[in-house]
Amino acid sequence: MTTDVPERPAAEEDEEERAFVTLMVANQPCGIPVLGVRDILGEHKITRIPLAPPDIAGSLNLRGRIVTAIDLRRRLRLPPAPADQPRMSVVAEQGGELYALLVDQVSEVMSLKASSFERNPPTLPATWAQFSSGIYRLDGALLVVLDVGKLLALNEAA
Amino acid sequence: MDDLIADFLTETNESIADLDVALVKLEQTPDDKETLSLIFRLMHTIKGTCGFLGLPRLERVAHAAENVLGKVRDGALAATPDTVTLVLSALDRIKLIVGGLAATGNEPAGDDGTLVEALNAAAAGDVLKAPEPVVVAEPEPEDPPAPDLPARLPVAEKPPSAPALPAVATPDAAPQAEPVSAAQTIRVTVDVLEDLMTLVSELVLTRNQLLQLARSQEENTHFVVPLQRLSHITSDLQEGVMKTRMQPIGNAWNKLPRLVRDLARETGKKIDLIMLGADTELDRQVLELIKDPLTHMVRNSGDHGLESPADRRASGKSETGRITLNAFHEGGHIIIEISDDGRGLPLDKIRAKALKNGLATEAELAAMGEAQLQRFIFRPGFSTATVVTAVSGRGVGMDVVKTNIEKIGGTIDLKSTLGQGTTFTIKIPLTLAIVSALIVEAGTERFAIPQISVVELVRARKEAGGGHNDAGSEPVIERINDTPVLRLRDRLLPLVNLNDLLALGNSESDGTGAHIVVTQVGANSLGIIVDRVFDTEEIVVKPVAPILRHVTMFSGNTILGDGSVIMILDPNGIARATGIGAGGDAKAISSSAAEALHSSERTAMLLFVAGGGQKLAVPLGLVARLEDIPPEKIEISCGSPVTQYRGRLMPLVPMPGGHSINKPRQPVLVFNDGDRTMGLMVDEIVDVVEDRLHIELSGSRPGLLGSAVIGGVATDVIDTGYWLTQAWRDWFHRTPEADTGARSQHVLVVEDSDFFRQLVTPILGAAGYRVTPASSAAEALHLREAGAMFDAIVSDIVMPDMDGLDFARTVRASGAWSKLPMIALSSRADAADIEAGRDAGFTDYVAKFQRDALIASLNQCLAEPIAA
Repeated sequence: MTTDVPERPAAEEDEEERAFVTLMVANQPCGIPVLGVRDILGEHKITRIPLAPPDIAGSLNLRGRIVTAIDLRRRLRLPPAPADQPRMSVVAEQGGELYALLVDQVSEVMSLKASSFERNPPTLPATWAQFSSGIYRLDGALLVVLDVGKLLALNEAA
Repeated sequence: MDDLIADFLTETNESIADLDVALVKLEQTPDDKETLSLIFRLMHTIKGTCGFLGLPRLERVAHAAENVLGKVRDGALAATPDTVTLVLSALDRIKLIVGGLAATGNEPAGDDGTLVEALNAAAAGDVLKAPEPVVVAEPEPEDPPAPDLPARLPVAEKPPSAPALPAVATPDAAPQAEPVSAAQTIRVTVDVLEDLMTLVSELVLTRNQLLQLARSQEENTHFVVPLQRLSHITSDLQEGVMKTRMQPIGNAWNKLPRLVRDLARETGKKIDLIMLGADTELDRQVLELIKDPLTHMVRNSGDHGLESPADRRASGKSETGRITLNAFHEGGHIIIEISDDGRGLPLDKIRAKALKNGLATEAELAAMGEAQLQRFIFRPGFSTATVVTAVSGRGVGMDVVKTNIEKIGGTIDLKSTLGQGTTFTIKIPLTLAIVSALIVEAGTERFAIPQISVVELVRARKEAGGGHNDAGSEPVIERINDTPVLRLRDRLLPLVNLNDLLALGNSESDGTGAHIVVTQVGANSLGIIVDRVFDTEEIVVKPVAPILRHVTMFSGNTILGDGSVIMILDPNGIARATGIGAGGDAKAISSSAAEALHSSERTAMLLFVAGGGQKLAVPLGLVARLEDIPPEKIEISCGSPVTQYRGRLMPLVPMPGGHSINKPRQPVLVFNDGDRTMGLMVDEIVDVVEDRLHIELSGSRPGLLGSAVIGGVATDVIDTGYWLTQAWRDWFHRTPEADTGARSQHVLVVEDSDFFRQLVTPILGAAGYRVTPASSAAEALHLREAGAMFDAIVSDIVMPDMDGLDFARTVRASGAWSKLPMIALSSRADAADIEAGRDAGFTDYVAKFQRDALIASLNQCLAEPIAA
């Protein structure tokens, strides 16, 4: 772990804290910067969109606005969620459009110190590495920071 | 930017638009005092205001133009086209400067000296008093509008120039300042209206949700009455807000008189533009979207549609051509007709162009009706203008218009009569924001189909199945090689299963019934099979998320009364996805023929009935035309029926059997070869289908090659060669010289399929070649060993044992034939196959049934060595 200190990005040198909405996808804790989150939704009725890319779960009605739902498990190439498991979603905005990221569970908002941040380990599988902007070391767990912009850039990926 | 400048810009732009229209009107009616004083007033206001705001360049031009107009008004100068052109060019300069002003906030630099001089010269024309106008600013006229301007800022009265008038105008002009339209108006930015519209849309949705809730909770009756009131108010509010978005279509037209005038001058034509129903209102958004297509179409009508005065005179029309724009409401739509009384669409040019661009084969074109041919102009890159003018003919034309109109859920159609003119009819929805839609279900998902494109709903049984004996009135979905179709009022309606189209998986089909939503897109009808049909609902169309834009099957999505999101189907997209109407023609003939070029073993067959109920087929590629000949046109010559066809006698050959002469029309299949034509009289032409051909030869009956299963029905395939000889005994025995010079060259045809061999042999024979058929590559090679010599080899590609490519390699490798031209004949003719063929050593590659292409290719291959 001697490489620990130089690995840290220079921009976050000061002990600035950043807040993340933490969530679980297939037992992996993940975080999304809280400023990018518009809403947290519980179980919601989702309309399937035929012929859409497989990562798109469908669309849902958020107080009169139509929101495109993206299944994070499918986006990360993970096995589908058990049928009986309620899903929650995190609503984020991109280019004036709202998108809901379908996850297994949304938990608290955490403030995390920059000192516990690390870049992606080079061994991280590409399916994760392309959406992750780094890792936070928590007590007893590692939190993957997800890049919402990349998650929603479906056109390039598809 | 300065608020004053901003207001000045809005106002001036309005004045400029009005001036454009008024000036053109003045040119036509030079004595119209009212128009003249209106023009004078508008120009004067522009000059006055810009003097006040300190815009010297603008003022100078406006002033000079005003001087000219003043002379015209005083009767010192006539409103000749030249004068009007001059004033219009001044107006253009003003537009330019105003444009620069809007962009930068300052007057752009530039020199108007020549223009001003020209104007001054015109003003000086007859009158002695003129030399004074070069003076840059007359201080007097500016004063009156100055105090008036700030007061007008918050609320602008429409004709703003009345106070400016007395300062310059003669007193008698004042009473004509039409006070009629002085309605109070207020300027609101479009954004505010858009926001209002969005809010109202949300309100409508919420209202719908509430109504649905109220229906399900009947015990609680307290809020029923207030809810009803809320519902009414919401409806009224929606209507009111919609009204604010409505604008007369005349706003999209006001540039047209000027455009037509300029066009007329440029092309030396005389054109009258007649505009009817200019006050028909439609949604601002729609208006913006149709502005450009309309302009384009009017320009087209003037440039292509109308003839020159000389041509018109020659064809007995008045010299002045007429373009008519007509707008009116019909149901929830607005119809716009653009018609001209010009030459109509030149069908022969369209045919030639379609052929040249490879959009259709000659045989297909021959079978097409006029309307179908005319619709070719909606294809991309299709311009029949031989000369590209500055105005039109660049091939970015009607296809763009069509796409733009379809984008807003509209349709376009045309009617053209040669020599009498063309009428385009555009049908567009009044508004895009809220539409009425039919809610349907397929594969447990619900979808909305815009009511505008739904023609009718039909219930049909899915299969003929067991209940064969019940004479139910429900039509049955039939299948042609897995493609569902429906007989609907004596027409075949192509069907598409929404379930399959959207890959929804298994449908929860309840028994044997199916609902068919018959949609109409342009001239195409398409039936969409759905599982269930619900109600119609007013829906608020919302665009789909950008990441879903590539799914062309949907035009948007919406939220239903129960709060669920559903997708709105786009009938245009569905039609395109199914291959129908890609370019605006519906008939199966074109789509299937186009496909025949791509798919490997499929052949388009023309099905017909002849000889008393026999089902027969012939490869479509061999039929030159289909004709309906009235019986009185059938004459008897030398004991055989003939008809006069395109100025010559065409022998008619009846199919033996139940041929009856007393039919109202006699359907005839026309075959031709060189300058000879023959007609095969049949009972009825049924359809064109595309299918794999598996012909089992019988050969026992003359005139028939054998039978094949086409569309699940055993069908006899006729031997065209036999029927050709029935008409012309010497069809295949003509002296070679009679055709294209001396060439009794010897061609080897290698083809495993008896059917094709029997087809190709007479074709080549007819073209004057001696033909030796071989049924396999091995047989051909035997001939080589035996020392036979040919001038060319025509070979199939797909053959058992040794295929055409191997055969070609073997031939090329060694032996006496290694230098012979070889032509590959195959149903596979895409680029990769052609490449493979060339690599193997084939000289040329021709698709099966492309008879003309084959003969042309042979001629070329055999001509080359002679020329060399």
